[in-house]
Amino acid sequence: MKLDARIPSGPIEQRWEKCRFEMKLVNPANKRKYSIIVVGTGLAGGSASASLAELGYNVKTYCFQDSPRRAHSIAAQGGINAAKNYQNDGDSIYRLFYDTVKGGDFRARESNVHRLAEISVNIIDQCVAQGVPFAREYGGVLANRSFGGAQVSRTFYARGQTGQQLLLGAYQAMMRQVAAGRVQLFPRHEMLDLIVVDGRARGIVTRDLITGKVESHLADAVVLATGGYGNAFYLATYAKGANATAIWRAYKHGAGFGNPCFTQIHPTCIPVSGEYQSKLTLMSESLRNDGRIWVPKEKRDKRPPSQIPEQERDYYLERRYPAFGNLVPRDIASRAAKAVCDEGRGVGETGLGVYLDFADAIQRLGRQGVAERYGNLFDMYQLITGEDPYRVPMRIYPASHYTMGGLWVDYRLMSTIQGLFVIGEANFSDHGANRLGASALMQGLADGYFVLPYTMGDYLANEKLDKIDPKHSACREAEENVNGVTKKLLSIQGRRTVDSFHRELGNLLWEYCGMARNAQGLKMALERIPALREEYWQNVRVPGENEEFNQSLEKAGRVADFLELAELMCLDALDRNESCGGHFREEYQTPEGEALRDDENYCHVSVWEYQGAERKPALHKEPLQFEYVLPTQRSYK
Amino acid sequence: MKIVLHIWRQKNANAPGRMVRYEVPNVNTHMSFLEMLDVLNEDLIEKGEEPVAFDHDCREGICGMCGFMINGEAHGPLPGTTVCQLHMRHFQNGDELYLEPWRARAFPVVKDLAVDRCAFDRIIVAGGYVSVNTGSAPDGNAIPVAKEAAERSMDAAACIGCGACVAACPNASASLFVGAKISHLGLLPQGQPERYRRALNMAARMKQEAFGSCTNIGACEAVCPKSIKLEVIARMNRDFLVGSWTDRGEAERGEAAA
Repeated sequence: MKLDARIPSGPIEQRWEKCRFEMKLVNPANKRKYSIIVVGTGLAGGSASASLAELGYNVKTYCFQDSPRRAHSIAAQGGINAAKNYQNDGDSIYRLFYDTVKGGDFRARESNVHRLAEISVNIIDQCVAQGVPFAREYGGVLANRSFGGAQVSRTFYARGQTGQQLLLGAYQAMMRQVAAGRVQLFPRHEMLDLIVVDGRARGIVTRDLITGKVESHLADAVVLATGGYGNAFYLATYAKGANATAIWRAYKHGAGFGNPCFTQIHPTCIPVSGEYQSKLTLMSESLRNDGRIWVPKEKRDKRPPSQIPEQERDYYLERRYPAFGNLVPRDIASRAAKAVCDEGRGVGETGLGVYLDFADAIQRLGRQGVAERYGNLFDMYQLITGEDPYRVPMRIYPASHYTMGGLWVDYRLMSTIQGLFVIGEANFSDHGANRLGASALMQGLADGYFVLPYTMGDYLANEKLDKIDPKHSACREAEENVNGVTKKLLSIQGRRTVDSFHRELGNLLWEYCGMARNAQGLKMALERIPALREEYWQNVRVPGENEEFNQSLEKAGRVADFLELAELMCLDALDRNESCGGHFREEYQTPEGEALRDDENYCHVSVWEYQGAERKPALHKEPLQFEYVLPTQRSYK
Repeated sequence: MKIVLHIWRQKNANAPGRMVRYEVPNVNTHMSFLEMLDVLNEDLIEKGEEPVAFDHDCREGICGMCGFMINGEAHGPLPGTTVCQLHMRHFQNGDELYLEPWRARAFPVVKDLAVDRCAFDRIIVAGGYVSVNTGSAPDGNAIPVAKEAAERSMDAAACIGCGACVAACPNASASLFVGAKISHLGLLPQGQPERYRRALNMAARMKQEAFGSCTNIGACEAVCPKSIKLEVIARMNRDFLVGSWTDRGEAERGEAAA
């Protein structure tokens, strides 16, 4: 596997412009001769479908949900960053670039991040023009807030529903192209395999989730915008249907997988309440702007919070990080919560929770003031827990929320398979080892609106692609492969449900490859995951048949892939003998318990190449160079 | 606590359906309604029976994928809530609940409690957008938007497209859904150039999709999980009327999308 990141040369602020000029264009009259498949309709997939179709390409867009508007980008609450500097508070493209590289703990590509920061300003303009109802000041200009530890106010938001509004903007732009006849939509279709012909991605195999029909779809290029793989943990803030199947099947065709162990555990989620729990709900981290996080100083202190006097409380973030306090980045806040719970100072029935207390904020701003800022979040919390956060402190605990890892792509968002582009959370590119708040929406839309439409043209203009027939042997093989897996899953008829396996896998990953990892635990996981996988293929029970709407079968295929991907996550975590961002190896920490990077040996992207079933994947490395933001230990003290 | 469920079971769009009785013992009050159904389904699978199909995805009340009738109420008894955010603490031990899919000609049943809501997408295709290509936007602050207009637009834009309004309406009208989109875009300066044409085209499409007409009953507003106000229907009607009077024929009245 050859890893050529195709990073342009020259000063960083001119690289994207230079690249855009160097890339070939497709003649407007020729664009309609090309067809492009886009899988996924979140911010990345929706915006890419719309933008490519506007240029004149024929786009075929697929999603497993009943409507493209359901994609999980919709659940993002907090906001989207852009270096507009509307607040005159010292923000700039360079500062957003700097913050993102540092926040990613020096494991992201500088050139990509700079491009992201440059494009951020165009995204806001585009979304406003589409009718996204961003929050406004009385004078009619856009409002901003500070978010996720940033020291400038560069986050644009639409109440607590920013993701929803941006997604609807992209969805509507795409639906406009459906009206124009340039986007063809395939809802309730799940991609189950990639079709590769002569080393180039030329199509996908889908299963129609209502009829069970398995079919090949062909095109000149394939774009995966299928999101992250955080549902490997079973309990996560992801939508229930979110899965890794598309990227995993691409990986098995030779797409390199970058940094699979870089997963983000979000610090402010509602804690688990019982065995039956099906997912975890995130509370926007904007709550940390005014809420104070604490636990009792005493271990196993079972008093209700109101009876614990001030001097017996430990505001541990404020104590450990006086400069940033409750606003330290996500990885640090999550780990600190785990540490105090491990000490036995966690709160709530399970002991896996910490308080997020608004008593001071209510005193300072009044109940009304707090309600204005966080009303919808407080209501949501009360709806789920039955507790009133205006009177009792919230209980929060970290949960799997985002994956920085994903399929490796070059500067032009192409994977190691020619013609296979990967955008949004599904790729590994811009967040390094830790993503900052309000940056996921930015990256998804940057890729879809403003990067892919250019780089796709260059690929198509340079390739001579023969027309292929749906009867091609590559299609037949891929279809047979899909049908074989389905048949196998339905025929096992064992004793355990798909969910019970998924839950067990999730517990394993959470325990050994979660917020803190060590070699011993990872080795244990690497023994237990293959055993679990073996049991899965002998003992899973999938009811029903293929030729119908069969939700158990859908899940079964996804969990089968998680059972393989989980192993790669552990393998990568074990290989990376350092701590950085969301990857915290207990063996590598400073005396104060902070992450200890090893820039000498691990300043690279780990890219894994599939070598066949039950064979250890091959590791390749893309070295990272830092010319502008020099690696230092991240300090938020 | 114990809950008794009567659930509509229907193998596919063409098969006849029927209510089937199930008992779920040991329901925890902290469970969400869908988690209770998960528990029932795990039990059914272990017993070798077919689990109950229902749509769901985010389970945070924002994606709009879940939804069915509980004792005749869309999304159940709690106002302003999707069924995924409805928790069992709102029910009593021994409650008997009747679960049925959305009932509307425009929403054919896929299986059990899952329905096909693609008609909503086709209404959006008819005009639920601002026609602006990527790259052609002016600076975000170039056009000021009054805070109140932005807020009211956002109130309407909060619609999640779940279809509860249609299910609750005796006429199976989609007016709350369509009115919400027309209001979201029509309240902003960016939505003005296509405002009347949008109302004409979306309303025409709604009719073609076999949704009924609005007779101002208000059941939609009562069940809307995002508390969208009836006012949006008034706004749709006003834009539709103005459009009908002033239209000079350039509007395609949905034919382009058909």
